[in-house]
Amino acid sequence: MATLHRVDVVIVGAGGAGLRAAVEIPEEYTCAVLTKVFPSRSHTGTAQGGVCAALGNEEEDYPIWHTYDTVKGSDYLGDQDAIEIMCNDAPRAIIELEHMGMPFSRTREGKIAQRRFGGHTRNFGEAAVQRACYSADRTGHVMQHTLFEACIRKRVSFYSEYFVTDFILRDGKAVGVVAIQITNSEVHVFHARAVMVAMGGYGRVFRITSNAHSGTGDGMYLAWHAGAPLEDMEFVQFHPTGLWKLGILVSEAARGEGGILRNALGERFMERVAPTVKDLAPRDMVSRAIITEIREGRGIKADDGTYYIHLDLTHLGKEVIDRKLPEITGFARTYLGVEPLTEPIPITPTCHYAMGGIPTDANARVLADRGGKTIEGFYAAGECACVSVHGANRLGTNSLLDIIVFGRRGGKAIAQHLKDADWGALPSDATDRTKERMARLGSGNGKESVPKIRLELQETMMEYCGVFRDAEKLGRAREKIEELKARSQDVSMRDASTVFNTDMVEAFELESLIGIADAIAMCALNRTESRGAHSREDHPERSDDDWLKHTILMHDPDGKHAITYRPVNLKLWKQDGDEKHFKPKPRVY
Amino acid sequence: MQVTFRIHRFDPEKQPVPKMQTFVLDNVKPTDAVLDILHRIKWEQDGSLTFRRSCAHGICGSCGMRVNNRNMLACSTLLQDLNLRKPIKVEPLPGMPPLKDLVVDMTRFYEKYEAVKPYLVAKSVLPEKERHQSNEDAERLIEAAKCILCGCCTAACPSAWTDERFLGPAALLKAYRFIFDTRDEATDERLDIIDSPNGIWRCRTVFNCVEACPKDIDVTGHLSQLKRAAVARQL
Repeated sequence: MATLHRVDVVIVGAGGAGLRAAVEIPEEYTCAVLTKVFPSRSHTGTAQGGVCAALGNEEEDYPIWHTYDTVKGSDYLGDQDAIEIMCNDAPRAIIELEHMGMPFSRTREGKIAQRRFGGHTRNFGEAAVQRACYSADRTGHVMQHTLFEACIRKRVSFYSEYFVTDFILRDGKAVGVVAIQITNSEVHVFHARAVMVAMGGYGRVFRITSNAHSGTGDGMYLAWHAGAPLEDMEFVQFHPTGLWKLGILVSEAARGEGGILRNALGERFMERVAPTVKDLAPRDMVSRAIITEIREGRGIKADDGTYYIHLDLTHLGKEVIDRKLPEITGFARTYLGVEPLTEPIPITPTCHYAMGGIPTDANARVLADRGGKTIEGFYAAGECACVSVHGANRLGTNSLLDIIVFGRRGGKAIAQHLKDADWGALPSDATDRTKERMARLGSGNGKESVPKIRLELQETMMEYCGVFRDAEKLGRAREKIEELKARSQDVSMRDASTVFNTDMVEAFELESLIGIADAIAMCALNRTESRGAHSREDHPERSDDDWLKHTILMHDPDGKHAITYRPVNLKLWKQDGDEKHFKPKPRVY
Repeated sequence: MQVTFRIHRFDPEKQPVPKMQTFVLDNVKPTDAVLDILHRIKWEQDGSLTFRRSCAHGICGSCGMRVNNRNMLACSTLLQDLNLRKPIKVEPLPGMPPLKDLVVDMTRFYEKYEAVKPYLVAKSVLPEKERHQSNEDAERLIEAAKCILCGCCTAACPSAWTDERFLGPAALLKAYRFIFDTRDEATDERLDIIDSPNGIWRCRTVFNCVEACPKDIDVTGHLSQLKRAAVARQL
């Protein structure tokens, strides 16, 4: 028997986007926020470097420059209307956070301090600009807590440690959500008039990732499985500086404060690759540069035969390191035994962010297809959504901005929708798939192991679908994924308890991981050009004539997912006439 | 190298009487974290071993537990930081109701946190832009704002163990974060809440919280400042 809840709106995911949306829901509506962890533990809290806006507190800056940087940073795949909205809204959004109580590092006059960050420039690419607002190197942590605190003040209803297993979409309408209560394995149905997906990214699809163990792509996968499209799945961001072997994020802020990448010869190789902005080039370029240095024999060799590059902070001084970069220097000391004051930090690229996801309009409404029609009552915001403001590559500090801008817009859109939205009929078989899965997992007959399949998947994706791709590698990835899909039908739980069964949760998460990997590999093989983070060694050029379009992927139960395309919005060029800045050009820094 | 872990097992259904179970693991490195070992045991030997974790680098606060009689984060504790000459004992955080194995019920912990009104209260008219705050004032609350709500401090506090009603170090630290934030205007209300027998005055200055905090926050120091603020208010 499932427990039934009837609430006006269900928000799944309690990171920045979900919480900011929850804050926006008027008191008169009932709202439930579901999370598989606790609201203070969401992955937003691990973001380090900053959140950006053209506040102009340290030097002259304008939203149009920020818009330009974001469009160019996206390798022209970002939708220009949505990017313009985000960058224009940014100053208001950050001031609003400060008003909510978010602590920030301050300038001498007491304003919000700002620092340089990758890809952010003044005057349309002239030089790096100080646009990233920050709180030491734990900006995400303080933002997450500030938004959680705002929800506490508002008495938002949280359902913590509820694992969502299905979205109920019927007749073009969102009707509710099915979830398992982790503490006792009870199944719950939330019947709602609006459902928002804010469940974050899928970093755990890859072996080396900055993402928490919770980053298994459930939101994207379940929405896709329920009938929503996925967009631009081939665009996976590998952050250049993850701690060697561990993947733990070393924020771009380290380079923003003056840190330098050096190869085995001690050379500042980014000077060759991006003469203007050097180490603060967009992340996809830096990751490719690092892998290239290693491939060409200029990497530093570790005892175990793997290679890495150095991030040199030794010239920054104790004051900067202690006050501005305390968390990441803590990681270097704790996990690698390296003292950043006197030694360079070993780093390699790490899977970090999903540019693609559930396609939405600029008000977080999920699109039904490539035609622009939306699924009634279904919303998505944050990393799991694809507006698209990040296109083929995301600039640092734009994600913390994305979540608050579109979380708020989604919340407002939901409030508007709730004024006269009807209740959709709850189908009687809503919990069937979940219960059947639980029964099969609990039958104990399976011979396959979840951890083993998961590791094989992660290693396959890292090897064959990483920073540099080609048709042959991607073909191998697809074959392996098919094999793992089949094997994963034969897993069973090793924990027979109904109490806090994380073994069962991991089995459900495995389905998400495999599904997401399938989508990524398929779209990566399909796109025969290189753009942003998607780098095809067999198609090294960007081809706007053929490929200036978003990839749309519809789910098919037999695995024959259909690929179509959606046009990129080119408003600033085509409608506003600013060809100089917003017509796609070769991306050089 | 090889490592031996003795882990607290408990399941109200399947193992209602708690026991310590021994696991031996080969091919471990001194730089492996306790969390890495727990994962390997779960994935290679016993899938029913249950613990919370998420970010695996000391920010989310999920993996607080008691290792060799000290509270710490499993992800930030490396084997080389422990005495490897004896089996490593891993137990759930003490003083909180156990749910299963290394997982405890955090409900009361969060309720006490919510009891101090952990959100900025500012009734004055807001400026158009950000409120100004000097770097000195901003830094005043930075230590307290570092708190990741892992529970290690409250679960290490003898006052919290003996009196269920005591708000505990974490909740009081959160009160500090707001009372000493120059932008907050509810200082009196908050002091009313914590200037009480189950509030600040049950802190006996034992310093267990300082030892336990994985973020190196001087919790006792902050609580002492709260005591001074409470007293200053009376005078």
